[in-house]
Amino acid sequence: MAIVPKKHPLPTQAPEIRAHNFREVAAVYPEIIAVTEAERCLGCKNRPCVAGCPVNIAIPDFIKKITESDYEGAYEIITQSSSLPAVCGRVCPQETQCESKCTLGIKYEPVAIGRLERFVADRHNERSQMLPRPIKPNGHVVAVVGAGPSGLTCAGDLAKKGYKVTIFEALHAAGGVLIYGIPEFRLPKSIVEKEVQTLKALGVEIQTDIVIGKTLTIDELFEYGYEAIFIGSGAGLPNFMNIPGEAYKGVYSANEFLTRSNLMKAYRGETETPIMKGGKVAVVGGGNVAMDAARTALRLGAEHVYIIYRRSMEEIPARREEVEHAQEEGIDFRILCNPTEILGYKNPDDPRDPRNGFVTGIRCIRMELGEPDEKGRRRPVPVEGSEFTLDVDTVIMAIGTSPNPLIKNTTKGLSVNSRGGIIVNEAGLTSRDDVYAGGDAVTGAATVISAMGAGKLAAKSIDAMIMNKDSKNE
Amino acid sequence: MYRIVSKRLLNPTVAQMEIDAPLVARKAQAGQFVILRVNENGERIPLTIAGTDKKEGTVKIIFQIIGATTKHLSEKNEGDYILNFVGPLGNPTEIEGLKKVCVIGGGVGCAIALPVVQALRDNGAEITSIIGFRNKELLILEEEFRAASDVVRVMTDDGSYGEKGTVTQPLKELLDSGERFDMIFAIGPIIMMKFVSLTAKPYGVPLTVSMNPIMIDGTGMCGGCRLTLHRDGKRLMKFACVDGPDFNGYEVDFDESMSRGIMYFEFEHHAYDKACNLIRKAEGAN
Repeated sequence: MAIVPKKHPLPTQAPEIRAHNFREVAAVYPEIIAVTEAERCLGCKNRPCVAGCPVNIAIPDFIKKITESDYEGAYEIITQSSSLPAVCGRVCPQETQCESKCTLGIKYEPVAIGRLERFVADRHNERSQMLPRPIKPNGHVVAVVGAGPSGLTCAGDLAKKGYKVTIFEALHAAGGVLIYGIPEFRLPKSIVEKEVQTLKALGVEIQTDIVIGKTLTIDELFEYGYEAIFIGSGAGLPNFMNIPGEAYKGVYSANEFLTRSNLMKAYRGETETPIMKGGKVAVVGGGNVAMDAARTALRLGAEHVYIIYRRSMEEIPARREEVEHAQEEGIDFRILCNPTEILGYKNPDDPRDPRNGFVTGIRCIRMELGEPDEKGRRRPVPVEGSEFTLDVDTVIMAIGTSPNPLIKNTTKGLSVNSRGGIIVNEAGLTSRDDVYAGGDAVTGAATVISAMGAGKLAAKSIDAMIMNKDSKNE
Repeated sequence: MYRIVSKRLLNPTVAQMEIDAPLVARKAQAGQFVILRVNENGERIPLTIAGTDKKEGTVKIIFQIIGATTKHLSEKNEGDYILNFVGPLGNPTEIEGLKKVCVIGGGVGCAIALPVVQALRDNGAEITSIIGFRNKELLILEEEFRAASDVVRVMTDDGSYGEKGTVTQPLKELLDSGERFDMIFAIGPIIMMKFVSLTAKPYGVPLTVSMNPIMIDGTGMCGGCRLTLHRDGKRLMKFACVDGPDFNGYEVDFDESMSRGIMYFEFEHHAYDKACNLIRKAEGAN
């Protein structure tokens, strides 16, 4: 059979339409396309794709099940390794993970592993109303801090082994970045809710409105009888550039802008959480969060949206697909530019003018790429005398976060690195006995799948630790 | 869901509630705050804790009915529930080692100043309280301040009760007459805290102010609550939720905080009117 050289494309909303709605950009593969795409898999013996997956899903095996039209079988194979298949099928950077290792990809386009994963998960979610049955309890209790990707994964894996797991979540809903950060058009909230329901059916208890480090401390959780604790509290304080004008009204961190739109549902317009919309918007940064913020601003009604990024398109850290989607939707990329000041309105004659203090523009300087830095990325250097101003009403800073200090400050003996990230060993164990950690709280801002991988690893280590204690006690 | 154990109006626009929230009550200290959400489509808003009953597991909140959220909250009654109630957040007010203190409360800010006064009293400090209101009708918590302070000065803008004038007048008198405080606490509208700062600065008495900016999560995630401190000629960005809410009153950029505080002024007006209309409609239907 001749090899199909390219991935089958996903049916996608036209850019000029989707730029004005919050519905998902791409639809799922129809069954027949999924089967044909699955047939592109060579089924090679050394299975390099599996090694490229942070949670080592048995990729060729689930793809084979698709070719046999055994979609539930495929789902079972995926869920042996991944707790959130419908999420990962959408937001994983497959192009740098599993798909980058695909043998077919050497000569042609790799198999569309992510799209197939999504097909399997969506089909299961759509057809099966069956929730998993609770597992027979093994009599052990574990606490998980944070209901984001790492915490949900860790809790799911432990629950499947019979542990009674309680997740403590600071916000009013479970999901972490999946609900406050990633927008509806990239990851519908109903999918996250479904995954959370599945976990609850497994017996996982989720306590919202509890801030560990404030409402309760790590030490108090041990007093309550939890035998191990996993910290997956996520990234923390948003970074700003430390340039003049960042306090003007209309300057947001991406965290705040996206939280207002996603978690507080300002995008629906019927809620009481305000958000600045319309006008011209500048998003500073080149990661996935910057793309999410820019495309959210567009959908909220902005007339023009800039992305300001200091390096070139070559270095942009966002997923290729997200950058392409943003470009198609008309986001204006100003690369090799760096903001130097945010400008605000000031009526010299009237200090009570209600327009005072609102953003009017952003001053930028052009950059060029100089010598490579220690990571090998070429360092951007300002071009003297190249300043220019963009007229904007809103500025969104999407330049990363630094870890949250609340748990560190209230947990004696918990070691953190110079940037505030919790230090763990290769088993996910922190400097405190029986306290494990993973995800952005350890690494700083990273991907959903790497957080899930860390949650998975910690679940395995926690199980080994508790079983070991058990066998000693017998 | 968190049950409203009691509710009472302190004046026509200020209400007091006790909320059943044992985990919050157990830990709460003076100066800390909660984030609450009244209903599903509601905002998350910060409110400073006005007191706790550790035995009953209740947390007292006192709020002015100014926006949609506080309007919805004020429509709830004893026995009703509010959807979310998270805390205690922020750092407690530092009172250790303070022997002689002046506490200044303005308007509904008195609700936050009172637990600070009570904590100081329990710590053995000598306290002068200065509380200010626009007029007699808006006066709250006078008895409570009298019970916990050595001296209380009540000020009204129009002279309809107590002394006529602003809170800075008695403060200046006291400082001029040679009173030496270990610390001045000022809690109230930003404009009041700004003028307390300007008044007290020449006397070199330390000043703590309690900031209450717009925030969403209250745990150091959104960055909406950022404010600027001026220290040693440098601008420092701080987050009220994790670095505060108390700050050195000589360092805070009050003008900037005032400007940021009215960012959603128009939106809030609109949402408030909408909330009132909804409530009117509901009452009409009954």
